[in-house]
Amino acid sequence: MADVIKTATRDAYGKALVELGEKNDKVIVFDADLAAATKTGMFKKAFPERFIDCGIAEGNMMGVAAGMATAGYTVFASSFAMFAAGRAFEQVRNTIGYPHINVKIGATHAGISVGEDGASHQCCEDIALMRTIPGMTIINPADDVEARLAVLAAAEMDGPVYMRFGRLAVPRVFDENYKFEIGKGVYLKEGKDVTIIATGLLVERALQAAEMLKAEGIDAAVINMATIKPIDRDIIIDAAKKTGAIVTAEEHNVIGGLGSAVAEVICETTPVPVMRVGVEDTFGKSGPALELLEIYGLNAQNICAKAKAAINAKQ
Amino acid sequence: MDSMLKKQLLLDCVSIRKGIIEGTFNAKSGHPGGSLSIAEILAYLYRVEMNVDPKDSKKADRDRLVLSKGHAAPALYAALANAGFFPVEDLKTLRKSDSYLQGHPNMNYVPGVDMSTGSLGQGISAAVGMALGSKFGGDTFRVYTILGDGELGEGQVWEAAMFASAKKLDNLCVIVDNNNLQIDGTIEEVNSPYPIGEKFVAFGFNVIEIDGNDLEQVASAFEQAKTVKGKPTAIVAKTVKGKGVSFMENQVSWHGSAPNAEQYEIAMAELDKAQAELEG
Repeated sequence: MADVIKTATRDAYGKALVELGEKNDKVIVFDADLAAATKTGMFKKAFPERFIDCGIAEGNMMGVAAGMATAGYTVFASSFAMFAAGRAFEQVRNTIGYPHINVKIGATHAGISVGEDGASHQCCEDIALMRTIPGMTIINPADDVEARLAVLAAAEMDGPVYMRFGRLAVPRVFDENYKFEIGKGVYLKEGKDVTIIATGLLVERALQAAEMLKAEGIDAAVINMATIKPIDRDIIIDAAKKTGAIVTAEEHNVIGGLGSAVAEVICETTPVPVMRVGVEDTFGKSGPALELLEIYGLNAQNICAKAKAAINAKQ
Repeated sequence: MDSMLKKQLLLDCVSIRKGIIEGTFNAKSGHPGGSLSIAEILAYLYRVEMNVDPKDSKKADRDRLVLSKGHAAPALYAALANAGFFPVEDLKTLRKSDSYLQGHPNMNYVPGVDMSTGSLGQGISAAVGMALGSKFGGDTFRVYTILGDGELGEGQVWEAAMFASAKKLDNLCVIVDNNNLQIDGTIEEVNSPYPIGEKFVAFGFNVIEIDGNDLEQVASAFEQAKTVKGKPTAIVAKTVKGKGVSFMENQVSWHGSAPNAEQYEIAMAELDKAQAELEG
């Protein structure tokens, strides 16, 4: 394990913005006084004339981003998930989502792994909020490789995108051959007893869980679901048919996120047991990120327990 | 202002006001009061001030207008129709389920609408973003945004004002429709934003205070705004809510209610009379 590369997806976001900025002079990056933390500071350093600090005014930032995008720019608006999706929800809904404007929202510090800053900054509601906006694309990458590809893909597509990044350095899951496509889930492991559908930093933990289950004679499939919206219905249905039991895993409230999105598809198409791993409708608290992930059950052990429960619930 | 232009603008105002009444009457809902108050401002913007082309409503270097007080959509639609962006006849479809004329403006449906608005406080931010985009592209166009005086209660207005001033957006012109009434009463009774001009001065704006229903003053304000460099302009336009329809003037009840058939006839008769007098 010593040689596993660990990088925060926010770092990959910053680097990918610089890469985009080199290719496209219409790329503009906005931040709300958090450039050092969101890593848009990398873009600021490389292209100071195309970096705009909006100050601590996220609602205004979203509107300014929308207005600027209508003048032909690809605008990335960045803040912490709490403020990008939470504070500025209605601005995103009405001034970006409703007119379907080409603004890319780079939301970092999502989830409980914000750590010591505590509950006020640990956003576990953002996927739920953004998912209710018609036409919004939501991407929650699992590692730095996928984060980079997601940023590049978001810039290529027309329309609003919400990208969710983490503060915590997480183990790399994918190699350089990984192909990312918006709206497509990917089997990382085939299996026949249960399918774990994970997103974000829970993907690597889902792979650990599959290994642990294998030791107990349970053959678990693992799907990486980076795009939460539009959700890849086909792969969910395929997984339900093949394994007859689903576990979802995400660093988000169990209400409204990946688990809900998967359950919606399953209920309407292929009813099988679905168990959700996530933050159990509670606020977080201060502490080291890795410790908090254990405290809130966002780990391989809990995925295994839910996997067994899902298998037991099969008809 | 020469008399020919003034007469034309006065006729534009009547046309806009008739469109507002036509739209809200047929819709049986909508916001006539705060639409009627901005007829002179819209007439001047579309006839004289703004570089726009009804035949090429998306041209890249056009001047932009963001109706931050989106509930005055009947006025914007009437002004656009009067300027030739779409048929005047369509104003009767306002708010109908098969119409492109939504209750609040949608930029994707209506030719000439530059931003979808309706949720107060948000349009000004989008206008600021457009002005910033213009600066990035070599300052190729100007941006106008109309706010209500009640709308100034939204904190986002002041976020946007602070930003516009900090970024020296002298291509931005904010117009406050100071008709002194909002839904729950006079703006002093509800949550006074006064003194409005001083607030914008404090935020770094060039401020011009005018009678917003006086075309000469509207014209000189927009002319002066263009000469100011290094800071955005705010035109605080004192207006009469319901202007041009006698029984709607200065009545808060006409903020968000439509005329019935009888009221429609009276209003249209007044506006027809005004038109006949102008046409002489």
